[in-house]
Amino acid sequence: MVKQIHAPLQPEELASLRAGDSVLLSGTIYTGRDAAHKRMCALIADGQALPFDVRGQVIYYAGPCPAKTGDVIGSCGPTTSSRMDAYSPLLCGLGLIGMIGKGPRGPQVVEAIQRNGGVYFAATGGAGALIAGCVKAVNVIAFDDLGTEAIRELKVENLPLIVAVDAHGGNLYEQGPAQYRRE
Amino acid sequence: MREISTQLVEETVCSLFLSACCEIGSDVLGLLNAALDREESPFGREVLRQLIENDELAARRRMPICQDTGMAVIFMEVGQDVHFTGGDINEAIETGVRRAYREGCFRASVLTPLGRVNTKDNTPAIVHTRIVPGDRVTLTAAPKGFGSENMSRLFMLTPSQGVQGVKDAVVEAVRLAGGNPCPPVVVGVGIGGTAEYAMLMAKHSLTRECGEPSPDPELAAMERELLERINCLGIGPQGLGGRTTALAVHIEQMHTHIAGLPVAVNMQCHAARHKTAVI
Ligand code: SF4
Repeated sequence: MVKQIHAPLQPEELASLRAGDSVLLSGTIYTGRDAAHKRMCALIADGQALPFDVRGQVIYYAGPCPAKTGDVIGSCGPTTSSRMDAYSPLLCGLGLIGMIGKGPRGPQVVEAIQRNGGVYFAATGGAGALIAGCVKAVNVIAFDDLGTEAIRELKVENLPLIVAVDAHGGNLYEQGPAQYRRE
Repeated sequence: MREISTQLVEETVCSLFLSACCEIGSDVLGLLNAALDREESPFGREVLRQLIENDELAARRRMPICQDTGMAVIFMEVGQDVHFTGGDINEAIETGVRRAYREGCFRASVLTPLGRVNTKDNTPAIVHTRIVPGDRVTLTAAPKGFGSENMSRLFMLTPSQGVQGVKDAVVEAVRLAGGNPCPPVVVGVGIGGTAEYAMLMAKHSLTRECGEPSPDPELAAMERELLERINCLGIGPQGLGGRTTALAVHIEQMHTHIAGLPVAVNMQCHAARHKTAVI
C-alpha cells in the first residue's frame, strides 16, 4: 500500500512512517547539496540566519539540469546522501525533519534521525526525467551563484519515495541487503 | 593521407553527447528488463520499473536520463594516416562538448578541484587518445556521473595474491560501494599494466556493449563468475536489497611487472551511457 504524505510533514504523519513504506510525497521541499550544505553550516557557525527556516522542513539532495523551454525543471533525481553526512546532524539538531537522497547514511545521521524524530527517504537515483515530472514549480531562494547547487524551493506532487531510515530504529539499507545476501 | 576537418570532429562530439545523455542504449535497457523478470525483492522490482520508465521517457522527451550528465569522457582513436585540418583538434573537442551541454540543457558539473569554481559549460573534457593504423577516427562519448565514479578503487595487489586475490578485490569494491553508486551497476575492471593504465582499462571496458562478454575466454569466465558472486551480495537496486546488484562485469587485461598485480575497479551506474561514431 502506497501512503500519500504531505510536506512539511505533520507530527502524526511523521510518527506513522516506517522503513520500508512506499510513499508519494506532495507539498513543498527544498533542494540543497554539497556546496549549499557547506554554506549553511558556515552560516550557523557564524551565528547568522539560514536562507530558510529548516524547522519541520524536508531537504532534497539534488542538483537539477536546466529546464528546457516550456518545462518547469530539467532532470532532477537525487544525489548520493552520504556526502551530506558531515552536515546533517547539525541541521537535524536545528529541527530539520526530513531528508531525501540516495544511498545509505552514516551512523551519526541515523542516530540524529532517531534522537530528533526525523526521517530519511530514498528516491530512485538515476530516475531524473521521471522525477522532473513530479515537480510543478521551482523557485531559487538562495545561493543563486552556485548554479545547480543553489537552494530551490520545489512544489512537488506524488514524488515516489521509500522510507529508508525511520526514527524507530528501522534502516532499510541494512535490513534489505541482509535479507537477500547469500554466502 | 586523409584529411578530416576539426569542424567535423566538433559536430560529431556534440551530437554524440546529445544522444548519449538522453538515449540509453538498447544493451542497458535489455539488461534492466531481464533483471526485472528475475528480481525477487519488491523494492528492487519497483526501482527497476522506475528506471525502465525513466529511460523510455528520457528518450521520448529528449531529456537527460539522469541529472548528473557527468564529466565528458571521450575515447578517440586516430588513424595514423589522418591529417586534421581547420584548427586546433583539442579546441574542436571542447567546443563540441560545450555546445552539447548548452543545447541539451545538460548540467554544468565541472569545477576547479580546490577552489570549486564552476566552468559553467562542463568543459574541460577528459580525452583519451590512441594512435591506430588506418585513416579513420573513432570517437566514443561516455559521460560519467560521479555517484559511481566516487566508488571506484585501485588495488595494488602482490603477485602472491594471484587470481583469487583479483576476484576478491573486485567483489570487495562492489560490497564497499553498497547503495552509493546507483546499483544496478556495471563493474569495469582493469587487471595488470601500471596503476594509471589499470584504471584506464577499467574505464575503457565500460565502452563495450553492456553485458557483451570479453573476447578472451578466460576473462569471459571470470566476468561470469564475478557477476554471480556480486549478485549474491544482496545489495540490490539502489541498495535497498535484492538480487540485482550488477548488470554486468567487464574486464580488460594487460601485461604487468614481475613485482605487481594492479587491479582497478571503475564503477558505472545503470546510467551506462556511451555512444560511438566513426569518421
Ligand atoms: S550514479 Fe549514475 S545514475 Fe546515479 S545519480 Fe550519478 S550519474 Fe545518475
